[in-house]
Amino acid sequence: MRAAILIQRWYRQYVSRMEMRRRHTWNIFQSIEYAGEQDQVKLYNFLGYLMDNFTPSSSERNLISHIFRENEVCRDPEWERYFCYKNIDVPAVYSGPRLIFPITIDQAAGLVEAFKNKQQLHSRYVLQLLLETWKLLRMLPNINRISTCHSKEITICGDLHGQLEDLLLIFYKNGMPSLDTPYVFNGDFVDRGKDSIEILLILFAFMLVYPGDVHLNRGNHEDHIINLRYGFTREVLGKYKLHGKRILKLLQKIFSWLPLATVIDQKVLIVHGGLSDMTDLAVISRVDRHRVSVVSSLKYVSALRPPKKKSGSKSMLFSIDSDVDYDSATKDTIYNKRRASLVHANPFNSRESFQSRSLQDFSSVINRTKSEELEVRRRQMAFAHAGYSQSQQLFSTSVTSEFEPGSTDSLDTTNDEWKQILDLLWSDPMDQDGCIANEVRGCGCYWGPDMTEKFLNKHNLQLIIRSHECKQEGYEFCHNRKVLTLFSASNYYEVGSNRGAYIRLGPDLVPYFIQYQASDMTRELTLRQSVGRTERSALKALREQLFAHKTDLLSAFQEFDKENTGMISLNNWATAVGNVLHLDLPWRTLRSQLVTTTLHDMLDYQDWFQELAIKEPSVQTVLDTLYRHRSTLETIFRIVDTDNSGLISFEDFRQTWKLLSAFLKMEITDEAISDLVVSIDTNKDGSIDIDEFMEAFRLVDRSRLEQGHCLFIRKTEDTEGHS
Amino acid sequence: MAEDRENAEAIISEVHKKISDAFDVFDHERNKTVDVREIGTIIRSLGCFPTEGELQEFITEIEEEEATGYIRFERFLPTMTKLLMERKFRPIPEDLLLQAFEVLDQEKKGHLGTEELTKYMTQDGEPFTQEEMEEMLSAAADPDKNVIFYKDFVSMLTVDDK
Repeated sequence: MRAAILIQRWYRQYVSRMEMRRRHTWNIFQSIEYAGEQDQVKLYNFLGYLMDNFTPSSSERNLISHIFRENEVCRDPEWERYFCYKNIDVPAVYSGPRLIFPITIDQAAGLVEAFKNKQQLHSRYVLQLLLETWKLLRMLPNINRISTCHSKEITICGDLHGQLEDLLLIFYKNGMPSLDTPYVFNGDFVDRGKDSIEILLILFAFMLVYPGDVHLNRGNHEDHIINLRYGFTREVLGKYKLHGKRILKLLQKIFSWLPLATVIDQKVLIVHGGLSDMTDLAVISRVDRHRVSVVSSLKYVSALRPPKKKSGSKSMLFSIDSDVDYDSATKDTIYNKRRASLVHANPFNSRESFQSRSLQDFSSVINRTKSEELEVRRRQMAFAHAGYSQSQQLFSTSVTSEFEPGSTDSLDTTNDEWKQILDLLWSDPMDQDGCIANEVRGCGCYWGPDMTEKFLNKHNLQLIIRSHECKQEGYEFCHNRKVLTLFSASNYYEVGSNRGAYIRLGPDLVPYFIQYQASDMTRELTLRQSVGRTERSALKALREQLFAHKTDLLSAFQEFDKENTGMISLNNWATAVGNVLHLDLPWRTLRSQLVTTTLHDMLDYQDWFQELAIKEPSVQTVLDTLYRHRSTLETIFRIVDTDNSGLISFEDFRQTWKLLSAFLKMEITDEAISDLVVSIDTNKDGSIDIDEFMEAFRLVDRSRLEQGHCLFIRKTEDTEGHS
Repeated sequence: MAEDRENAEAIISEVHKKISDAFDVFDHERNKTVDVREIGTIIRSLGCFPTEGELQEFITEIEEEEATGYIRFERFLPTMTKLLMERKFRPIPEDLLLQAFEVLDQEKKGHLGTEELTKYMTQDGEPFTQEEMEEMLSAAADPDKNVIFYKDFVSMLTVDDK
């Protein structure tokens, strides 16, 4: 009897320890993921900064318009010609599926089979399929309204993120889409996973076969700018070397035409992100949804802004969105809201207000006085006459047409519209009442249970099904079971990290959950092994983050180590790391995993960095600040490379470098840039590819290091203009 | 001595931080409360090995007068600190654990059948739930032979100790 108790005691302790470790690991991944999304917003801020701080000289003007060119000019038939697949030949050796339109159920099933066998669909058929999809989507309303009449159970799936195994598993367990098996897919089909295009092709194929029974909602990742960073663009260009650009351009259009939400039996709303206090389904139904994308909103807004004067405009730049409820009493809880709390004041960077600015802040610029508006109109006329590049001109004319005197409404409505759509795709629920800006993601908002109540009552609904957030069990209720989060990408962070789930909803509108985990390995992994595996992965990611912040960390440590002994107490280590990384993690508890050599509770931090470096051999040759900005750099490159050719011109490079260096407060002369440009083109082909682009930053880095400088020299004074 | 006092303060502050970190993991609403059912996990993850009975006692001590189902941090912290400082509920030494298994292994075979172990664990002492039993078996049992080589099991799990 005593023996039994002893064993039980011991085992229960062991299980608790495992559970704790699993939670920590989860928190790490979530923190890093959301921090990554915030980086993306910083990128938008940079682009916004471009718009703000440069009265464009002719060449710079070209670059900026060139970056944002979306060819609104072209009419659809022109586009159809561009996307024509007819002249693409399919070689006889091609063994993949050959599609004949209109597509039949057998062909759709055949596609699934082909992708299961790792085949790739030929670009001719891809384009053809996408064209048909585009045609169909343009006819759909913003909000799909469907019904469970005839006792049909509707199957609802959440984020898939390019994980084909999960989709295949769902089809295996639940059956493929058919008249008897209708489906709703709730966005985020692409990015991160490696089979995003295959998932899209399958979903589109079934939608073409059963347009009344397969419904797709747009997610925040169905956006070409997001795709630049999170892997979809890379995947398509890699798989379709010849026609990838065309495919991406067509997808850009398709994404913008994806419906925004689905309503079942007028009672259940399915949307990817969530709501805000402003969400109104009537407004959303009216909107021209294909005009809204995150970047186009940026572009739209910036066209309305007058060029910055040198003085006095700071307040406008950094003002907080007046729409959003910012109860100062709850500010602390807001700051602690997420595991990744990113609004701590950054002692090392006086531009923190810049970086935490969300896209919503632009609305404050919109709400301007009449006289300011007239000013803007006048300026735009001036621009129009100054021989602006064509697209920019079209910009201003399309905008000024809305500038009828006294029609501030049209401006505000459009701003209102795109904000509502962003909220639909980006928001997250929170436990507290109210509605606040979502500063973790940089877009959308956090909404509380009271907002849910209000919204459901207003529209006579009873349940909101959304996705957008990974959940350990694949689904999770909140807000009194009125909001349900559904996530269908299992093992999202790492093998064993979480299950995926899908829902079946019958006429009773009670959701039935089916959970799964797509991997042979997971079933056999014990608790210990799957926690261990995920944990190792999380710790690796964390170590990379630590290494990437080496310079800042060193400064922080030195603050504690005034006598320069090279040692720091573990307590101070934890404090410093927490402050620099802005990741709300239990550093003291994690300490034993991250710091292995200590003497009397003191740490030799230089040694520790060496240790980190050794563990990450790939990072050894790439210095920390470069590493941190690496994905941002890649995204910038892909933006500048508008025709997706993989190459940018010297001039574009020069301009980009100049702007970037000003934004990041680096000191580099024009001469140095010119030298850099020439030396960078290592293969001397007159243009710069992405490897050369990245290399540029490394070279500068090294030379600066020789002078004992940190790569990005920080200035502490004002942010107006640049020298 | 002043120095000793300083050290003592530093140690206590360190302990407080550890407790706070562990508590926060389960504080889902960010209001310094946790569900009472998570207390066991928290205490154990801090290195203690209470029995279920001892756990219950602890909870009764820190619960509100009228049980709300939640435990507040203000009540948790002092009691938990005392627990850690007094090193109550010490970890179980490996050899003692081994002896416990050997007591159950009456025939001294060196291993236990899954049914045997299940019987003990779910009927004796403070019984396991079915879930707990299944989990233990999946970690401990040799899948081919359906037995638990408890010596290996003990060393495998104790190596995990920080």
